[in-house]
Amino acid sequence: MSEMRRVTAICNGTVVDHIPAGKSLRVMQMLRVSVGRSNPISLVMNVPSGKIGRKDVLKIEDRELTQEELDRLALIAPNASVAIIRNYSVAEKRQIELGEELVNIARCTFWNCITQDPREPLPHKLRVVSKNPLEIRCSYCGRSQTIDQLAESII
Amino acid sequence: MSDLITMDDLSNDEILEILDTAERLLPVANGDVYAPLLQGKVLGNLFFENSTRTRMSFESAMKRLGGEVVNLSSVGSSVAKGETLYDTMQMVDGYSDIAVIRHPRQGAAQYSADAIGIPILNAGDGAGNHPTQTMLDLFTIRQAHGTLDGLNVVLVGDLRYGRTTHSLSHALVRFGAKLTLVSPDSLRMPTEIVGDLQSHDTEVIESENLSGAIADADVIYMTRIQKERFPDEDEYAKVAGIYKMTADDLAGAKSGMIVMHPLPRVDEIDPSVDSTKHARYFQQAFNGVPTRMALLCRSLGVEVPKEVGE
Repeated sequence: MSEMRRVTAICNGTVVDHIPAGKSLRVMQMLRVSVGRSNPISLVMNVPSGKIGRKDVLKIEDRELTQEELDRLALIAPNASVAIIRNYSVAEKRQIELGEELVNIARCTFWNCITQDPREPLPHKLRVVSKNPLEIRCSYCGRSQTIDQLAESII
Repeated sequence: MSDLITMDDLSNDEILEILDTAERLLPVANGDVYAPLLQGKVLGNLFFENSTRTRMSFESAMKRLGGEVVNLSSVGSSVAKGETLYDTMQMVDGYSDIAVIRHPRQGAAQYSADAIGIPILNAGDGAGNHPTQTMLDLFTIRQAHGTLDGLNVVLVGDLRYGRTTHSLSHALVRFGAKLTLVSPDSLRMPTEIVGDLQSHDTEVIESENLSGAIADADVIYMTRIQKERFPDEDEYAKVAGIYKMTADDLAGAKSGMIVMHPLPRVDEIDPSVDSTKHARYFQQAFNGVPTRMALLCRSLGVEVPKEVGE
């Protein structure tokens, strides 16, 4: 519990624990938690973890992440644990699960995919071909996507 | 209703069944027998990109089976005015019973299939897939060798952007073909496709050397280096004309080896090859008609009788 001493407990909000060390900034980017919002966010990086060696922890105050947002998290931190905090105690634990298809979570990154035209109205769909190792392809054009590229094309 | 977007949409048994149907339809494709199996049906032939053989053979296939064809090309239509593919497809859904689509954007065929209810046949989406070409290629290979199993196939040229080789290689490894992929380094088969091919229990070799692959080949599948797919003209200039096959090059080839090409060719097959016993590309182009007839009937749920024309 050494990381708890580094950051104070939050009253209400979401704690994302067991993020692979160094990935928390990417998690913030994927969740878009820092875009246009004024919630306080605490970030702890590289703290020792019995479970995964070293880990990052993210605490987002006054905001409960939705399941749809957590599905995005599954792309880069599929083993992270998520707790919804209400009145300083864990009100709910949420599971992160990478589904078979990611709908309107990120755009295909291939420059010549039909979905690159912003006026085309159908949803952006990515297919999880394999979970370990993680392989994701566009459901339309079939191109493989890297996580780094996808992080830049989050919707 | 069934779409054909990639070769993954067909099992091996379905492929063989379609080839059998195509064989039965040969006299209709030749014009010797009239079999109006698709009378009253309308095909939407949607070509957002240039085509000669694919467009004409689909039109010929539909008309020889008594069906009608409505055509759309991007020039002179609302596409040129900036209409989305989604909107265009809504019209096509109302005007036809089945649609064939060729589009410069990859994924356009799957997108169209998701957008509307009528069956969609992918006739080439960017550098993606071209499964109806693959079906006629497989028809041609089986016609020559009597089987699709375990052949030694050499794919040559633009394997990076060449959608015909992408679809064909996926199908061939499922029949246990040994594949030799011959291309300049800059036009190698995309790594995810090579990975898919290698996941089958068969040999896949990458090489830059065509002459070393000729002697053992059962099929040599030449392709054009596609200038229009290069983002940069200098890159095209570096590899243009890199493979040129002449009749002399085939002196050491197996007697039954066939040379195929999806056409159009530029200079990768010298006209001297045309008169050799190996040349099969014009026959291959004709085979588009019976094969596409079989595909149209299948997608429209029309059964082709065992004895066509009776």
